[in-house]
Amino acid sequence: MKVPIRWLKDYVDFDLSLEALVNRLALAGLEVSGIKHWGTEAPEGLRLGNEEPYPVWDKDKIIIGLVTKVDKHPDADRLKLPTVDYGPGKSITMVTGAPNLSVGDSGQKVVLALSGSVLFDGHATPKVLKELKPGKIRGVASDAMVCSGFELGISDDHDGIIILEEDAPVGTALVDYFGDSIIEIDILPNKARCLSMVGVAREVAAMTGGKLKSYSHKLKKTGSPILGKVKVSINDAAACPRYTASIIENIKVASSPAFLKRRLQQAGMRPINNIVDITNYVMLEQGQPLHAFDYDILCNRVGGKVPEIIVRFATKGEKIKTLDGVDRELSTETLVIADSVGAIAIAGLMGGYDTEVTDKTSRVLLESANFDFLAIRKAMKSLGLPSEAATRFSKGIHPALVSEGANRALQLMQDFAGGIPLEGLIDCYPAPKAPQVIDFSLSEARRILGIDIPIAECTKLLTSLEFQVEQSGKDLLRVTAPTHRLDIQVGVADLLEDIARLYGYDKFPETSLAEELPPVLIDPELDFERKLKDTLVHLGLQETISYSLTSPEVESPFLESPKPAYVELMNPISSERTVMRQSLLASMISLAQANLKHTETIKLFEVGKVYQKVNNQKLPKEPYKLAIALCGPRNKASWTEDNSGGAHLNFYDFKGIVEGLVSGMHLEKISFKPAIHPALHPGKSAALMINEKLAGIFGVLHPKLATTLGLGNFELIAGEFDIHALASGLPARYLSKPVSRFPAALRDIAVVVDQSITCQTVTNEIQAAGGNILKLARLFDIYQGDRIPAGTKSLAYALNYQADDRTLNDKEVDKLHKKIEDRLKHVLKAQIRGKEV
Amino acid sequence: MSELDSLKKRALDELASCGDESSLRNWHSRYFGKSGEMLAALKKVSELPPESRKEYGQQANIVKENLSSAYDSSLKSCLEQAMLKSLETEKLDVSLPGMPPSPGRLHLATQTLRDIQSSFAEMGFQVFRSREIEEDEFNFGLLNMPPHHPARDMWDTFHTTDPGLILRTHTSPGQIHVMRKFFPAPIRVILPGMCYRYEAITTRSEIMFHQVEGLVVGTKVSMTDLKGTITAFTRKMFGDSRKVRIRSSYFPFTEPSIEVDMDCIVCGGKGCTLCKKSGWLEIMGAGMVHPEVMKNGGYDPAKFSGFAFGMGPERIAMLRHAIEDIREFWGNDLRFLSQF
Repeated sequence: MKVPIRWLKDYVDFDLSLEALVNRLALAGLEVSGIKHWGTEAPEGLRLGNEEPYPVWDKDKIIIGLVTKVDKHPDADRLKLPTVDYGPGKSITMVTGAPNLSVGDSGQKVVLALSGSVLFDGHATPKVLKELKPGKIRGVASDAMVCSGFELGISDDHDGIIILEEDAPVGTALVDYFGDSIIEIDILPNKARCLSMVGVAREVAAMTGGKLKSYSHKLKKTGSPILGKVKVSINDAAACPRYTASIIENIKVASSPAFLKRRLQQAGMRPINNIVDITNYVMLEQGQPLHAFDYDILCNRVGGKVPEIIVRFATKGEKIKTLDGVDRELSTETLVIADSVGAIAIAGLMGGYDTEVTDKTSRVLLESANFDFLAIRKAMKSLGLPSEAATRFSKGIHPALVSEGANRALQLMQDFAGGIPLEGLIDCYPAPKAPQVIDFSLSEARRILGIDIPIAECTKLLTSLEFQVEQSGKDLLRVTAPTHRLDIQVGVADLLEDIARLYGYDKFPETSLAEELPPVLIDPELDFERKLKDTLVHLGLQETISYSLTSPEVESPFLESPKPAYVELMNPISSERTVMRQSLLASMISLAQANLKHTETIKLFEVGKVYQKVNNQKLPKEPYKLAIALCGPRNKASWTEDNSGGAHLNFYDFKGIVEGLVSGMHLEKISFKPAIHPALHPGKSAALMINEKLAGIFGVLHPKLATTLGLGNFELIAGEFDIHALASGLPARYLSKPVSRFPAALRDIAVVVDQSITCQTVTNEIQAAGGNILKLARLFDIYQGDRIPAGTKSLAYALNYQADDRTLNDKEVDKLHKKIEDRLKHVLKAQIRGKEV
Repeated sequence: MSELDSLKKRALDELASCGDESSLRNWHSRYFGKSGEMLAALKKVSELPPESRKEYGQQANIVKENLSSAYDSSLKSCLEQAMLKSLETEKLDVSLPGMPPSPGRLHLATQTLRDIQSSFAEMGFQVFRSREIEEDEFNFGLLNMPPHHPARDMWDTFHTTDPGLILRTHTSPGQIHVMRKFFPAPIRVILPGMCYRYEAITTRSEIMFHQVEGLVVGTKVSMTDLKGTITAFTRKMFGDSRKVRIRSSYFPFTEPSIEVDMDCIVCGGKGCTLCKKSGWLEIMGAGMVHPEVMKNGGYDPAKFSGFAFGMGPERIAMLRHAIEDIREFWGNDLRFLSQF
């Protein structure tokens, strides 16, 4: 809502600087989102430094002038030499090319800029400020200019100079005449009543203690009674609670007076003609949209009979040509204004082409009506036709505003279009809205706001917003809402809002919650997830968070078949984000790819939701998953060592992280086994099993997929795990082991086994034989080659023997070591290297 | 001059001329080694007539002790000199970069969420999480926005192809879930989570963002408690001298509704580019739980009251770290993420 300050001051006097006003409005819930200036200087405190430059109208140099004569330029046909008076004994002649000033003209009031004025350069786009300097144009001296709206910075109109109203005071500084600041207020849904100058003025009055001035105007004279000149019927009173029609005769359609056009422009509307402009002006002033029909056309449509206005929903397939010249087909949810012939306007949205006011119109039927916000919203949506009127209706307007709106428009048409209103108003208001009465107890203010506001203060605050207040008991008020308010719906809570904001939140004390603490809320997954993230961070991984919206095409290579059904968006923002993800892998790989362009080593993880449709259930499941990706050199390059050709992260680095995760989280009943996944190398991928159930899968990105994704030169290792499954490995408690105080004996063992035997099997056997005394069996080498039989491999372990209660002697260690060797030979048909040649 | 005297003099002279540790060590082996001169001189005692042995022995031992202590002190001072010298010469170029460690980090959004959560945890708030794919009814209807309510315009919504299922536009549906779970107990929770809005992605707006909602319900919860709670939170997050300003606002699910600003963290209220000259930064929306919402959660609004607030962790992080482009968050560029 654009509010010119001068216009606002028509309805309320206030003594606040622009800065203070903006600040007070913000506190009251009317945030100012922008300010435009018509020649006035922006106060320091409101200057952001990045505003578009605009001309500030110098009081002494930009002045209202009177054209006394216009002479011919001796050397140029298109140029003229107007002489302009701008005060007693002050006159100046200059050169102009303005097309709307002709040789021989006189008497026009114009805006004169003397040399030294800073204005927009009329010949430059984009706009540049330029100082007016004395000069010669085609040989004739010119030290001043007559200005266009463009040059003054108030419109984009290049076509001619501004011609002011006849009564514009010559010699007055333009900035004093109509210089202004225009504030743009963001109107929240509960303040729809402020979509008008009066509405904003009412708020300003309440917050400054000022008084709203009357904006009601009496008609000077009226013609014959309206009765019998038009009939009105409403088919659906819920959709159209009230419809009034008035008629004004003898009007002369012309251009609006300058002040009216200016105000419309300032408020962001385009002037059209006096009748249309007046309907818009009243809407801006009071918030009541109006529409003017050509009454004679309405009469002609029904063959000279009395026209009947019918408010009804459109019939199936009904069409109307709207005044923008577009033929529109209407849905049956669209409310129309019709006569017995057909639709003549789309209610609240736009008038019809056939019945609009033209230059020839002499009699106007003025509609001032109230439409239900829901009906208008539906029509707006189906037609995609936003307008100032529709916006206001769609947020709700009180039906009481209808009659004053009509009256004001008639009065303005009388004043500025020479019309004579017929006496009276056809008012169809089947079910007048009952006044809203609320019993308000001060104890409620205490309970909800936490403060004691004296009854007199409450009364004063509510009265300032035009509530009627009477004391109905001790600490009890009976409050009647004013007839412009639709937002007082739940009653007391709504009143509290007005009381609190007018009382001032800055006066509220800060208190600590006195409420008892609620019962403890336990969310084990939340705790698990937090520890999981911390553990991964400790393992050197960077957390990422990616979009949960993706496309089936992007995800397809990362999903096992059969592919499950997606949660699909009806209104995706782009073709890349049409569904909710089912895996974190696709986005993890793509951001790995993006980062590899500038970062050598990446170690990433993400914990996030995936979304799974469930058969026969309305709501999808949203389980949490963990994804990890690794790629690049294991060590960071540094000046202290040569890193070229250094080792790269591989499958076992990934597995190390998984193992670190398992030990860091104290997960139990863990095992790994080879796995197959469409996105992973079939020979280089593994499944993490917890309690024999699949908890996740990881491995080297499938070379084919890597090539497709342009990652052919990288070995990328990635995996995805189910958080719930991981958490299932969490024991209720985990136990500590005492640390032995006795020295350990260290022995190595190299075991040659068949290649098909996994390391895990060998380790398990060593541990089984070693029992309690064998504290650690660490694999430190794997050998395959000439020195051992073909088809075998040698696994070398460092064994750590240590008893908890004594120092082991060599004999004991030898015995146990032998036991391990024997078991390996017996169970795995192993050879012990260095023992049997 | 006796033999011993000349040995002593020679040895001391030589010792004095030793300039470094190795010549000192050579000197020592020359005189005190297995075939060293000092040892030889001591052994000589057996060759002397018995009557002179005692005196010679005493003299020789004195010489030995003298030489030995002279050596010790020379060595000590030599080593000291060497160390002092090394202190002067062994200079690292401390401007050389350190060995890069490879730390892992939490995403900035997670860090911020945790900061927010721990601030509220100290005030007794627990964490309650709820779903992202929501029923229209929970996202709007039960929050006092029946179908076609004008306030629905405040949220541009992603709809799914399942009628009535949408991506939640805010964490507020969690209010209904948590109320229905807790009723009739008092509530003091925060509801963090991901939300979605159908918007163009720009430097200032994202289709996906975190929100942290707070909800307190009880029989003695008021607007002044709300002011106290958010003021305490603001000071914990942004410093203990922060000032808080409350403006009237509108949300369909609270009444009265407010917007909370704090004095600008850069200019302290004087006006700068960050706060757009206003001196204030908007940090959250809040209000007293609307009676309808209270009812929809199962609580009697005549007996219970409550407050709710909501904030955007990404926005808070942007303020704290002067981040100008919200797209950095889900862009996941390691050069950005590794800064936090």
